[in-house]
Amino acid sequence: MRMKYVVLAGLAMLAASAMAIAGPNPTGGTVSGKVTYEGTPAKMKPIDMSKEPSCAKMYSTPPLAETVVTGSGNSLENVVVYVSAGAPDDTAPSTAAVFTQKGCRYIPHLLVFQVNQEIKIQNEDQTSHNIHPLPKLNREWNKSQPPGTPPISEKYDKAEIFPVKCNVHPWMHGTFAVLKNSHFAVTGDGGAFSLANLPPGKYTITAWHESYGDQSQEVTISGSETKTVNFVFKAKPY
Amino acid sequence: MRIRKCSLVFASFVTLLLAPVLAFAQTPSGQKAPAASKAPPVEQMEAHVGNVTGESQAGAKLYYRYCWGCHGARGDGNGENAPYVTPLPRNFVTAVFKCRSTVTGFLPTDEDLADSIRRGFITSNMPSWISLTDQNRADLVAFIKTFSPRWKTEKPGTPITVPPEPAVTLASIQHGKELFTKLECWKCHGPEGRGDGPSASTLTDSNDQPIRPYNFYTGYRFKCGTTNHDLYKIFMTGVDGTPMPSFADVVKPEEAWDLVHYLRTLQIWHKSPELALWESTPEGAAMVKAEKVHQTYTGSGIHP
Repeated sequence: MRMKYVVLAGLAMLAASAMAIAGPNPTGGTVSGKVTYEGTPAKMKPIDMSKEPSCAKMYSTPPLAETVVTGSGNSLENVVVYVSAGAPDDTAPSTAAVFTQKGCRYIPHLLVFQVNQEIKIQNEDQTSHNIHPLPKLNREWNKSQPPGTPPISEKYDKAEIFPVKCNVHPWMHGTFAVLKNSHFAVTGDGGAFSLANLPPGKYTITAWHESYGDQSQEVTISGSETKTVNFVFKAKPY
Repeated sequence: MRIRKCSLVFASFVTLLLAPVLAFAQTPSGQKAPAASKAPPVEQMEAHVGNVTGESQAGAKLYYRYCWGCHGARGDGNGENAPYVTPLPRNFVTAVFKCRSTVTGFLPTDEDLADSIRRGFITSNMPSWISLTDQNRADLVAFIKTFSPRWKTEKPGTPITVPPEPAVTLASIQHGKELFTKLECWKCHGPEGRGDGPSASTLTDSNDQPIRPYNFYTGYRFKCGTTNHDLYKIFMTGVDGTPMPSFADVVKPEEAWDLVHYLRTLQIWHKSPELALWESTPEGAAMVKAEKVHQTYTGSGIHP
């Protein structure tokens, strides 16, 4: 008799802790899909880094420009897919988003983070860079970062997607996407994305690419189902 | 019949005479100012420059007389002259300013703006407005601040602390030379500061317009002033909206003065105490002599 109660109590505790770990709405809906392109994208040219020998020597063959990066199955990489309407704003996570200058390129090419989230910019090269993000809504600043200096810590208080560049090395281009909530993904090879843990509601999903612009689609989540939303961008031959 | 015809002729003659008089009475100044119904109401804003308090209502009148031809009716730099001008006139709506005493990315002080108006900007179309009074300039600053919401939503920038300038010594100049190399200033400004570094030809400002780095060879004045104190602030606050970054996080304040002293030795046509001291050494004398012979005309063409 007592054994049965002990087992029942143990199971109840296990269930409760499982629910506590999973959160108030552990399942929620998911919006997933693929981002692809149609048409012929421009061929990416190799970057000429001869003006910066300390970076040029890091590559056996010159790397390609990253304005349009395509993957298998006509997929489009470096597309940020996010919930642009329908979700409440989220508080920024305490971990910093990291942006690295290495080989005179930005890693990642597109950095996505939240409003008021800290970003840490580090220089792993042997040359100085200057970080020059070019927002229109947020404050525009420009800082020098020589090799061996500590990471630059910054944050942005308005949602915006804007370019980042280094003036010393004109081929260096990146993007900062400052978003209001935590529902976002960046496509890689294959173009797949998945936005999970969406409570029931009507959402606008936006996909943004630095050359091909942005597209939005609406989707309604009613429970814990997975809705498929695909984006097809029109490639430009130049 | 005859009388009526006469009266008619006389009446029309008088009307023709009076018409231009009446027309001129409408616009006494001859200038077409924006009609009262079209001009937006001027937001209330103040500026404090020294002892003078500027007021935006007064500034608006001055702006629409002196400034809007370049800076535009909406203060966005899209004035009538803008298409013919390089660099583009300042866009007051984004509130990004080159010459400040505040940290990069932050708003300038009222004094910074008044100084910019008074000094003008060399190698640009912005003239020096010393013809205006201190009160005029303070009023203009107050009005300019109404173009951007940033002055209402952001705290004003805090001016950086500039320590007192130490004496000019050879050690200071030498250390400045080491900094110039280590910080890679030469990548844009060139090894002799002539604005011909490897990255110089590809520089663009934040409007995507080509821009040249400062050429120390050509003079002694800078975009943001003429003194050592001005020069200190230029690289310790950055020239916002241009490729010139702030070095405040990577140069210690006392070291910054060393760099200032070295930079003056690059202005070989300007008689400064730094240059005199530098030329008194064999190394400095040889360098300056070689540079005087080596003529190039790249970079920004500033006349001393």
